Amino acid sequence: MSRKLLLEHINVPGINTLDVYRQKGGYRAVEKALKTLTPEEIVEEVKKSGLRGRGGAGFPTGMKWSFLAKPEGVARYLVCNADESEPGTFKDRYLMTHIPHALIEGMIVSSFALGAKVSYIYVRGEMMPQIRILEKAIAEAKAAGWLGKNILGTGYDLELYVQPGGGAYICGEETALLESLEGKRGNPRIKPPFPAIAGLYGCPTVVNNVESIAAVVPIINDGGEEYAKIGIGRSTGTKLISASGNLVKPGVYEIELGLPVEEFIYSDEYCGGIANGKRLKATVAGGSSVPILPANLTLKYANGEPRLMSYESLSEGGFATGTMMGSGGFIAFDEDQCIVRNTWNFARFYHHESCGQCSPCREGTGWMEKVLHKIEHGHGSMDDVDLLWDIQRKIEGNTICPLGDAAAWPVASAIRHFRDEFEWHIKEPIKSQQQNYGIANYAVPIEKTVEVKSEN
Amino acid sequence: MLKVEEQTPVQFSSELLAKFDDVKSRYPEGKHKSALLPLLHLVQAEYLWVSTPAMDKVAEYLNIQPIEVYEVATFYSMYFLKPQGKYALEVCRTGPCCLVGAEKILSHLETKLGVKEGEVTADGLFSFRGVECLAACGFGPVLQISPEYTFYENLTEESVDKLIEDLRTKS
Repeated sequence: MSRKLLLEHINVPGINTLDVYRQKGGYRAVEKALKTLTPEEIVEEVKKSGLRGRGGAGFPTGMKWSFLAKPEGVARYLVCNADESEPGTFKDRYLMTHIPHALIEGMIVSSFALGAKVSYIYVRGEMMPQIRILEKAIAEAKAAGWLGKNILGTGYDLELYVQPGGGAYICGEETALLESLEGKRGNPRIKPPFPAIAGLYGCPTVVNNVESIAAVVPIINDGGEEYAKIGIGRSTGTKLISASGNLVKPGVYEIELGLPVEEFIYSDEYCGGIANGKRLKATVAGGSSVPILPANLTLKYANGEPRLMSYESLSEGGFATGTMMGSGGFIAFDEDQCIVRNTWNFARFYHHESCGQCSPCREGTGWMEKVLHKIEHGHGSMDDVDLLWDIQRKIEGNTICPLGDAAAWPVASAIRHFRDEFEWHIKEPIKSQQQNYGIANYAVPIEKTVEVKSEN
Repeated sequence: MLKVEEQTPVQFSSELLAKFDDVKSRYPEGKHKSALLPLLHLVQAEYLWVSTPAMDKVAEYLNIQPIEVYEVATFYSMYFLKPQGKYALEVCRTGPCCLVGAEKILSHLETKLGVKEGEVTADGLFSFRGVECLAACGFGPVLQISPEYTFYENLTEESVDKLIEDLRTKS
């Protein structure tokens, strides 16, 4: 059994209440931080822990904190990004539903470290039940003196509010989130200035994912060095993985980073293998925007070494034969799934969610959706595959925010690894409506010779 | 496009206005526009949709231009700009849910309710639509019902039938 830092007490009845959470050692980190540590020492512990942003980008949290500007007489804000909407990711919903106090405790410690007197948890609007859970938990914490004026007699004041979003994937991008929190459309801002200099209401702001903030609690309790001992290389600590798709046991799992992918998929401690006794065809390892990989490359590198669940190992081989950790949204596709259909589905998602600010993304996502719709429904031509490749290349890197890249990568990787399936849809328009292409070329055991195509 | 469906003037109740005041108090002095999204949710919970006169009232309350409310209400997917059924069913139709049968649930709803996506049943009780990822991929297919956003996981055609019958009986 691997160590559990966030979900250790997930099955304790009543862990969502303050009393039970306290009995299990909750709010120790607040006591320790506020009474014995200075804000600078907390930032230092988080730096030592090597914690990397759990929302998708994987940027070191401690470093992000140390960039925060601290001009005299200007308010600073901590905003928690709970706008979880990357397809395949549902860990934050799980954490907030079952252990809301873990997030609140992390928010108090982090706000203290950053000198924020008012902090917001921006929760996607669809999660109204979670908003109600958090508001109840905040009221409990406030009544017990963990929030409000003069917390624990230390003179530190903190107000914590929950802000609902309105249903927009783009608000998971931190500057779009801040725009939304200011009551505007979620259009990402041009950076610089970064939020650490000018964020919410133009004030210095840190935006962190739910899981990153919750991870601050064990880091403060046990110390940054202890946390850094878990994991592998620069991927320290534990990570929540949201497992979905055709698995025997989909759900949220806390893993020690460095776990072999094969063990994660097939062992009974985690996903328990592919559902209905089928074979694995492909995976999306870190949420819909990261490159899709065929089964053989999911389990092993191109050179045959086993692939691990860590930031470095998942991206081994670059985009030619690797993928990314992303937000940890692990989607498994069995042999009956159609890659073209799924790519069309994701393209529709990104078209729907594009904010419309940058032309390459606004026009390109819609164009890709149309072309993919055509191929999937048996009306494609061979030129369409090259056209798709061309469009995605013109979106990637040409937009204000990463949504453009996120829309381009699934299409690019699907063509890179499954081009024969696209071509089959075009050559066999009638057959492709009636049956699936199957997995002849991508299955385990690894048989296909990996052709490393150049990116251009 | 913002389509004007109804121009009946609205008058917010004092209870609703008290909730507005509570939300407004969460932001620093002069930054009350931040209350816009939560306020629109409160309006929708009360009226089941957000009409133009209601948006104008919200603008008046926040002392901002009506266009500032319209642009927000039309940008975010959760705000209904025309009347919905009393129970608005929203089924996730994004990748992971489709791997486990979300498309079947959507077409089953169409048959079961006898209306197309976006339409309201004759008795005014139900409407449904497909929405993008609801962040519950491991428990798919999933649907939520506004305005409470109660959540239903691991759907089958049978469980959807039962859910609809239960809601019919309830009202």
